[in-house]
Amino acid sequence: MTANGWLQIFIFFAIVTLLAYPLGVYMANVFSGKRTWADPILRPVERLLYRVTGVSPDVEMRWTEYAVAMLLFSVVSMLVLYLIERMQQWLPFNPQHLGNVPAILAFNTAASFTTNTNWQSYVPETTMSYLTQMAGLAYHNFTSAAVGMALAVAFIRGIARRECETLGNFWVDVTRGILWVLLPGATLAALLLVSQGVVQNLHPYTTATLIAPQTVTAQGATQRITTQTIAQGPVASQEAIKELGTNGGGFFNTNSAHPFENPTPFSNLLEMVLIFAIPAGLTVTLGRMTGSPRHGWAVFAAMAILFAAGVSVAYHAEAHGNPLFRGVDQHATALQSGGNMEGKEVRFGVVNSALFATVTTDTSCGAVNSMHDSFTPLGGMVPLVNMMLGEVVFGGVGSGLYGMLIFVILSVFIAGLMVGRTPEYLGKKIEAYDVQMSMLFVLVFPVIILIFSAIAVLLPGVGTSSIANPGPHGLTEILYAFTSTAANNGSAFAGLNANTNFYNMTLGFSMLAGRFLMIIPMLAVAGNLARKKIVPASAGTFPVTTPLFTMLLVGIIVIVGALTFFPALTLGPVLEHLLLQAGKTF
Amino acid sequence: MTRKQSGGNTSLWDGAIVRRAAVDALRKLNPVTMMRNPVMFVVEVGSVLTAVLLLRDIHQQSAAFRFDLQITLWLWFTVLFANFAEAMAEGRGKAQADTLRRAKSETMANRALAAGGTEQVPSSKLRAGDIVFVGPGEMIPGDGEVIEGVAAVDESAITGESAPVIRESGGDRSAVTGGTRVLSDRITVRITSNPGETFLDRMIALVEGAERQKTPNEIALNILLAGLTIIFLLAVVTLQPLAIYSHSPQTVFVLVSLLVCLIPTTIGGLLSAIGIAGMDRLVQHNVLAMSGRAVEAAGDVNTLLLDKTGTITLGNRQAADFLPAPGVTKQDLAEAAQLSSLADETPEGRSIVVLAKEKFGLRGRDLANTHAEFVPFSATSRMSGINIENRAIRKGAADSIARYLEEIGGAMPEQVRADVETIARTGGTPLVVSENERALGVIHLKDIVKGGIRERFEQLRAMGIRTIMITGDNPLTAAAIAREAGVDDFLAEAKPKDKMDLIRREQAQGKLVAMTGDGTNDAPALAQADVGVAMNTGTQAAKEAGNMVDLDSNPTKLIEIVEIGKQLLMTRGSLTTFSIANDVAKYFAILPAMFAGTFPVLNALNIMHLRNPESAVLSAIIFNALIIIALIPLALRGVKYTPMSADMLLRRNLLLYGFGGIVLPFIGIKLIDMAITAIHLV
Repeated sequence: MTANGWLQIFIFFAIVTLLAYPLGVYMANVFSGKRTWADPILRPVERLLYRVTGVSPDVEMRWTEYAVAMLLFSVVSMLVLYLIERMQQWLPFNPQHLGNVPAILAFNTAASFTTNTNWQSYVPETTMSYLTQMAGLAYHNFTSAAVGMALAVAFIRGIARRECETLGNFWVDVTRGILWVLLPGATLAALLLVSQGVVQNLHPYTTATLIAPQTVTAQGATQRITTQTIAQGPVASQEAIKELGTNGGGFFNTNSAHPFENPTPFSNLLEMVLIFAIPAGLTVTLGRMTGSPRHGWAVFAAMAILFAAGVSVAYHAEAHGNPLFRGVDQHATALQSGGNMEGKEVRFGVVNSALFATVTTDTSCGAVNSMHDSFTPLGGMVPLVNMMLGEVVFGGVGSGLYGMLIFVILSVFIAGLMVGRTPEYLGKKIEAYDVQMSMLFVLVFPVIILIFSAIAVLLPGVGTSSIANPGPHGLTEILYAFTSTAANNGSAFAGLNANTNFYNMTLGFSMLAGRFLMIIPMLAVAGNLARKKIVPASAGTFPVTTPLFTMLLVGIIVIVGALTFFPALTLGPVLEHLLLQAGKTF
Repeated sequence: MTRKQSGGNTSLWDGAIVRRAAVDALRKLNPVTMMRNPVMFVVEVGSVLTAVLLLRDIHQQSAAFRFDLQITLWLWFTVLFANFAEAMAEGRGKAQADTLRRAKSETMANRALAAGGTEQVPSSKLRAGDIVFVGPGEMIPGDGEVIEGVAAVDESAITGESAPVIRESGGDRSAVTGGTRVLSDRITVRITSNPGETFLDRMIALVEGAERQKTPNEIALNILLAGLTIIFLLAVVTLQPLAIYSHSPQTVFVLVSLLVCLIPTTIGGLLSAIGIAGMDRLVQHNVLAMSGRAVEAAGDVNTLLLDKTGTITLGNRQAADFLPAPGVTKQDLAEAAQLSSLADETPEGRSIVVLAKEKFGLRGRDLANTHAEFVPFSATSRMSGINIENRAIRKGAADSIARYLEEIGGAMPEQVRADVETIARTGGTPLVVSENERALGVIHLKDIVKGGIRERFEQLRAMGIRTIMITGDNPLTAAAIAREAGVDDFLAEAKPKDKMDLIRREQAQGKLVAMTGDGTNDAPALAQADVGVAMNTGTQAAKEAGNMVDLDSNPTKLIEIVEIGKQLLMTRGSLTTFSIANDVAKYFAILPAMFAGTFPVLNALNIMHLRNPESAVLSAIIFNALIIIALIPLALRGVKYTPMSADMLLRRNLLLYGFGGIVLPFIGIKLIDMAITAIHLV
């Protein structure tokens, strides 16, 4: 570890913190219908959209109506993507003449992008046409993020409103999220990425002649390679929203490790800031809309602590390198970043790989600039644990905030009694129904991960046959796949061949359940909170604005989140780490 | 039942109660009963499962039998300890219920016949609406209202207070309770409750916990605990496939041990005991809560409505100062005031004598041979006084004395008038003393704020509770007393309707309001308030409207009720936090024990250095069982409660029960491990 490394991490987080306030206030204004600088241009567009689609923007929805609108929107969008994939062969913008996507893979991908997961069981540059990428996948990058934001805002309204039946209008929230937040942000970011060398075209793939031809022996046949195919495409436009919407689905198979997606250290920093920007800003939006800015910052602080813990462990583990490489210089010098460089890009080095891995799994992004499978066991455990906590460390666009708020409710409920009052959160009494729905929300997540993982390891024919490495590392690969999909992250612990019918189906289901089965109880809590009175705050009120509350929240997240998965982790990365120290690898 | 303060003068581990609780603990093993408590039900199912597998062990003469047997026994102990905790909490109530039942013995009642005359019927045959006659020495046969007569009644069977109380028809002291005894005189009572629904019946049911319903917060907490139990059940059940994958499958004994250690058995086992003990603490303060919901609401109260008289101030005004007229010494005024009050038996009169004695050393004099003639207070003169040795000393309100002086040719000096005005303005009551045609000066009578009440209010404020004083006084007087007592607000010239409006106003802002009351016209407000404490001396209507009855009829007790409510909630929260925090250490005990056999490197996680895998699992499960027993006193007495702000309370309790909950089991499990390996249990 170097001072320079820590400085880079610090600078990154300082930018995120500085950006959170203006962005959070702006989003609060957008979703409260207040005036913003973009109104003169966007208002007419918004009005036109409502007129065309027949939406009455003033009609408020109950939580059930909000949920139905959200489900309807998601189902139709998912179906459209599925159809595009299945028909891309006959559609335009397919210069490589790629065939139709097979049914189960198309289902998996449609589920993946609808749920903001962007798990990719396929190699994009040899599977998806430009049209599928732009009209199918990038469309979902915008809408799934906007849905997440809308849901978070609906939840905030549930907390802020008093004796009210409704949570807002889903169509308005989604429209405003896209027009006011995602489109301007993604446009600006795409231009900045292009300035760094990210490509943006509709050309057929380029064939380059190798300066030094290679001889490769594969399956007994020796072959002389003289050319290389370089994939092209409208990358910058997709790259920007991929990070800003915490989607993470790469235009290319190697995702943000690919030089056309993430060419320079600056583009790397920009991408990481884009991932954290909206989730961090939403904590400010929370404080703003509930009238308790300090509560917003208390939640931000809890996220910051968990982020700092994760990145410290990951950076520490990666910078220390592999203990089995005796005699190999793994120290950081002016010429090399040192540490464990397996699966990492030299232009990013250990710090920016560990940082990117933490950032992308804290949130539900899942873009990668290095291969998590090649991290040291403890370094690789950080992304896994981040996701197992429920992706509440800033988390996905919107989903991170509402996931965190469910933990806030549980923390308030568990510890709130200790001040001698029945639990209350910002004046709202937390009662049986709220606890029931919150527990349901919390329960869905381990149910998906643990049950599917248990099934997978018991089925040698379809489950364990896909893993590339035996022992604890193989177990981690399976755990990682189900955690990543249930958490709607989408990053892969490479090493597991997930493009099989078993994994495409189970992982697809895991993504759908991990999103929608959690959203419904969450909205139920929001709807129920909105109906309640607000008890005015007094000296006897449970404090949700203090550092003590922040620590409590972190404690509850760690205990409830981590304890569930601790046995599984013990047999996976923890065991692998200890075996590695003892000289055994997998 | 004698009056007890919290902590009680009966020991927590009273022999008879413990014996009864031990038997009840076994009886509660009935799965139908256990299902009400999902956490402990899971433990019971686990215990049954291991017990069955133990038979297989015996059959196969398994080498693991010794270990498996111990695990099974400790699992059963865990269930029994939890049952025992609940039975202990119920035990004290049951003992009290037995005492009450004795008071409920069958008596014969003289029931009035419609046609005139009476008939003898057993008290159990009495219906609401019946009229009965009760004479001296007779037991009042049922709850009712005195409709004729006045009597001294011994209510010690209900209140534990041996001094008799007066019950009379009309007014606010007309309610009588079945099972109490008339000491003197004869009263006619209209019965107001049917058999089985009397106050005594309800009281028995309450202290016994027979009608105990889970309170809203308890239900919510149960859902949380059930949810956590499901999560851990899932974690343990899916661990087996992962263990099989890792070539180290586990026995059911170890898996059940892990499960029982992880699910929140501590709070699950003690939760109902905490609730019962909370109600019991109220009973020990001689307060009957009609529902557990009311006790929880007491903890949540934001606003306390307190009647001035009797709650904030002593019942009566007392002399505080003598303000002499020009040309009169203070000593002379005090002497005259004392003389005028010697025969005055009112508390105000006595307080004047006391003040004169304390301030000027004037002792009461023997007036037997001085031909003193007392002039008693009369409604027409509105003065009282004494005629002694040519001195006609009078004492009364300023206007009455002024009129009297005018009649006999005297006048009130300006200075005296000014003093009267000043006293009235500051909330006091001025009494003017005159001798013959001369006004001597003014006695300043004022409301005496109860000692320590100001500090109580400060504590309440620190807890975020607002106090509002209710008084019939004018706003000026009310403001002065409010300032002195340190209440946050006051309602002057209050009529019952104003009280009701105030409660509604507070509730509309989302606040919870507590009040006390005794009169029939308090009934609507008592019903509207979230916590309505009716005085036992009050009317039947008031007692029906409130959700608590204070048998001592002490309105100050409202503050204690709030504290008991808070203590109940704090105990619940602290033990929940403690229970969840405990899990960290148990993981570090059991997980390495499970897998270190296959993967010796996992011993790195055995940070407590437990001797061997068997002792590690056993120590964890023993700790888990014993902690329930160890915490029974805490659950029954409640966590220590000191009034302070929520932030401070959270800081203290989080440190004690959160941080302590993480650290303590590491120490406890290690000690148990050392002990059981020393005596070669494993």
